[in-house]
Amino acid sequence: MNANLTVLAPELILAGAGMLILLAGVAGKASQRLAFALVNLGLVAAAAGVIAVGERDDGPFFAGMIQLDRFALYFRLLFVVAALLVCWLSRPFLLRAGRNPWEYYALVVFATLGMAFLASGVNLAGLYVALELMALSSYILAGYYRGEVKSHEAATKYFVLGALSSGVLVYGLSLLYGAFGTLSLADLSQRLAQGPRSVAATAGIFLLLSGMLFKVAAVPFHVWTPDVYEGAPTPIAAFFSVGPKAAAFAMLLRVLWAGLAPASPDWRVFVSWVAAATMVWGNVAALTQENVKRMLAYSSIAHAGYALLGVVAGGPLGTQAVLFYMLAYTVTNLGAFGLVVLLASKEYAGEKVADFRGLARRQPLAAFAMLLFLLSLGGIPPTAGFMGKLYLFAAAVHAGYAWLAVVGVIMSAVSLYYYFRIVREMYLSGGEGTDGLPILAEAWGVRALVVCAVATLLFGVYPTSTLDFLAPAANIWPW
Amino acid sequence: MEFFTNLLNVICYVPLLGALFIIFLVPKENTKAIKLWATLFAGADFFISLALWFAYDPNGEPFQLVYKKPWIPAIGAQYFFGVDGISVLLILLTTLLGFIAVYSSYTAITHREKEYYVWLLVLQTGMLGVFMALDFVLFYVFWEVMLVPMYFLIGVWGGPRKLYAAIKFFLYTLVGSVLMLIGILALYFYNSTGFALVGLPGLGNPPTFDVTELMKIAPSMPFSLQKWVFLAFFVGFAIKVPMFPFHTWLPDAHVEAPTAGSVILAGVLLKMGTYGFVRFSLPLLPEASRWAVPWMVALAIIGIIYGALVAMAQQDMKKLVAYSSVSHLGFVMLGMFALNPQGLSGSLLQMINHGLSTGGLFLLVGIIYERRHTRGLSEFGGLAKVMPVYATLFMIITMASIGLPTLNGFVGELTILLGAFNRNTWWAVAGATGIVLGAAYMLWMYQRVFFGEVVHEENRNLPDANRREQWTLIPLVVLCFWIGLYPKPFFKIMEPSIRRVVEVVDPGYLKAPVASLPAPEAKRQPEASPAAGE
Repeated sequence: MNANLTVLAPELILAGAGMLILLAGVAGKASQRLAFALVNLGLVAAAAGVIAVGERDDGPFFAGMIQLDRFALYFRLLFVVAALLVCWLSRPFLLRAGRNPWEYYALVVFATLGMAFLASGVNLAGLYVALELMALSSYILAGYYRGEVKSHEAATKYFVLGALSSGVLVYGLSLLYGAFGTLSLADLSQRLAQGPRSVAATAGIFLLLSGMLFKVAAVPFHVWTPDVYEGAPTPIAAFFSVGPKAAAFAMLLRVLWAGLAPASPDWRVFVSWVAAATMVWGNVAALTQENVKRMLAYSSIAHAGYALLGVVAGGPLGTQAVLFYMLAYTVTNLGAFGLVVLLASKEYAGEKVADFRGLARRQPLAAFAMLLFLLSLGGIPPTAGFMGKLYLFAAAVHAGYAWLAVVGVIMSAVSLYYYFRIVREMYLSGGEGTDGLPILAEAWGVRALVVCAVATLLFGVYPTSTLDFLAPAANIWPW
Repeated sequence: MEFFTNLLNVICYVPLLGALFIIFLVPKENTKAIKLWATLFAGADFFISLALWFAYDPNGEPFQLVYKKPWIPAIGAQYFFGVDGISVLLILLTTLLGFIAVYSSYTAITHREKEYYVWLLVLQTGMLGVFMALDFVLFYVFWEVMLVPMYFLIGVWGGPRKLYAAIKFFLYTLVGSVLMLIGILALYFYNSTGFALVGLPGLGNPPTFDVTELMKIAPSMPFSLQKWVFLAFFVGFAIKVPMFPFHTWLPDAHVEAPTAGSVILAGVLLKMGTYGFVRFSLPLLPEASRWAVPWMVALAIIGIIYGALVAMAQQDMKKLVAYSSVSHLGFVMLGMFALNPQGLSGSLLQMINHGLSTGGLFLLVGIIYERRHTRGLSEFGGLAKVMPVYATLFMIITMASIGLPTLNGFVGELTILLGAFNRNTWWAVAGATGIVLGAAYMLWMYQRVFFGEVVHEENRNLPDANRREQWTLIPLVVLCFWIGLYPKPFFKIMEPSIRRVVEVVDPGYLKAPVASLPAPEAKRQPEASPAAGE
């Protein structure tokens, strides 16, 4: 057994940092500044750890639980950076709300820890534990506004539906274990390839799949999303829309293509229809939303649909497309949510589309950043979102799913309608005296936005080096 | 650095540079300086682009002034600029109209000037990039980038229904272009790795979006696939042109846009659709293009007649000009899908002509709108006495639009009709009907606005076109006469490029015995007659 603890350095750092933050909070040395410094330190150290450990080809480690390939390296880096940006965005929010930051930051770190294991896990049991760690931290974060009914509603809904989906997932796992006697993805794929499978195995595959599709918020497993995003604190909604979602995609890709690839003719049909339904419903439902957080929630559903295109397409191209899209989507969506955070909001005020009215005249830079993020979400060049979509649609056409690509492009044109409702408010509507709210220039929030905006433009104009980095990550399975 | 010495790069990015300069160095309140700098950059761009006229050698390589660098090697996308005779003319048209658009906006735009000129300049870079890009990804990037500034131009500085018009324009053209993207991807994978799931193998070439490379292999593509790619391209380009029945965004966008926006829309943006057909659909998908001819011609003719009839019923001058665009662009499409050298060169020349005359008409309507804040035909009458210079300029541009001999419209329409006649007599007959209708609505408009007595008191003291306004129109008038009297240099620049397109799309045409005789040349004599003397 290969149980070298040093390969777990980033995860150990995350766990240590999370506990340290909790302890410091309990010790009563409560200051916003210290908590923020600690969480920054922990996440940066974790990122350094991920890079230091790097890729290991002497895996899998810990009784076949963990694989440290380029895929895991990339996703863990992405998660840690996303968590870091979320913490930066949370600082102004926490300061304004005057809330205790300790458990907040600790939970973000623990969720990130779960996500990290999702990226590297190659055994379904381990993956399930990681998923639960991420999910449990998320439930609490969704209910962070202790005094607010909406926040309670979000947490309860998320918890009940999340528990249900975990149950479904575990049931699928048990059926698969019963049928094949293993939970290791590699063994599973071998046994699946050996011959016809039992009804129980098929049921197991689809139950497992449903559980994972719930986590990525694909239609028809999406109903929790808008309510949870709306009720949760805005930086947390931003976190949900990128971190856990990207982690679920990492798990989905690995489970489907490393474990269940021999059954792909069956689940591909199912997932392709789910992808189509997700793109259509996510975008159509977003059209009429007045609350920006709800709108972005539906938009994040739609984006899960686009990314599913790459999952269905598979192959090096499809995998690479999903990996790159997760990056593009993370920086873009964090940016868009970030502006909602910084929009002088308190509790649930300042979340309406109309609150953006006239922003371009008052704060042209902020408006321009929002424009950039919205264009990227809509897939208009020269932004990261365009490059990501180009890759996804290319993968779909390549795999022969031209019809899905057509649905995708038409729906991304539809999506521009609601994204441009915000643009319209910012640039076109309003005059003196009818303006919306100002954007607060809070240092760390602004820094996060600058990072997101630069990344959105950079990955849109020059994605080359990132794509080169991702190529080996997409080639890890024998296609 | 090589990048900065390439003429095309310079032409494409000077406007963007101007936009950045204004954003960072000119304060919002100093509107005078903003106008000055915007005009300087747009003007400099125009004068630099004149060098193209001399730098491009019609008898040289198919694509010249090439600048080519790897951009995203993983998928074979390149940063690839290059021009042929077709794009040279359209680039010149773009820089000229861009310059005029900036210069004509001084008094029309009275709020948020800084943003306005910045978007106008960004738009200019986007349009120029479209005509220069020879890599599909790069082309698509410019094609879409350009939508955003246009959205703002209509949405912020437009008329009463600007919000509706802006988003309609945006979404309409976006739907077309995203479908085009699917067509591009199909072409791309046909050339390289094929389509995995449906078991259609590709050619196995290294993946590339290089248009010149794809031109070599695409004609061999199986017809079943060509047809689909053609349809995908068709939606993208036909919406932009716009061809009947995809034209409904155009009247809204044209009418609501500020004057300069309308000039750019009519003058350049519509040409991007027709340019797409000539540059991509015809040479890449010859078999499907031939298959589509009856449909395309039918739509073109419907467009010609329908546009003209609707124009005739308009009470709003701007709307009338907008619908006349539908009709004129029908002509361009008719000539193009005659698929012979006359038709295509007429079509290309008519693109230029339409840019000049319709751009001019929008400028003229804008001038009167600034004075009266109405464009209703019934609000005017007898203006010839009040504004003689304005009336003269209006007359010349009107005549150019109708196609009066000695003016540019005549040459273009005649060449198109010759090309159409060569294919099918009835096409030419239908097209000619459109000319008659065109004369009817234009002259009728002219008569109602300029002749008769001055019936509205407020029209009695309208100031004539001032010097700046005259200068926005004089270049257009000069070009109208130039093309009308001596079109040969224009034909000469486009001829070899057009011939290359015809060679691919209808190889039989040039080889046919009738074409090897000097017959087509002889047929073009009338309009080239001034040239015949040399």
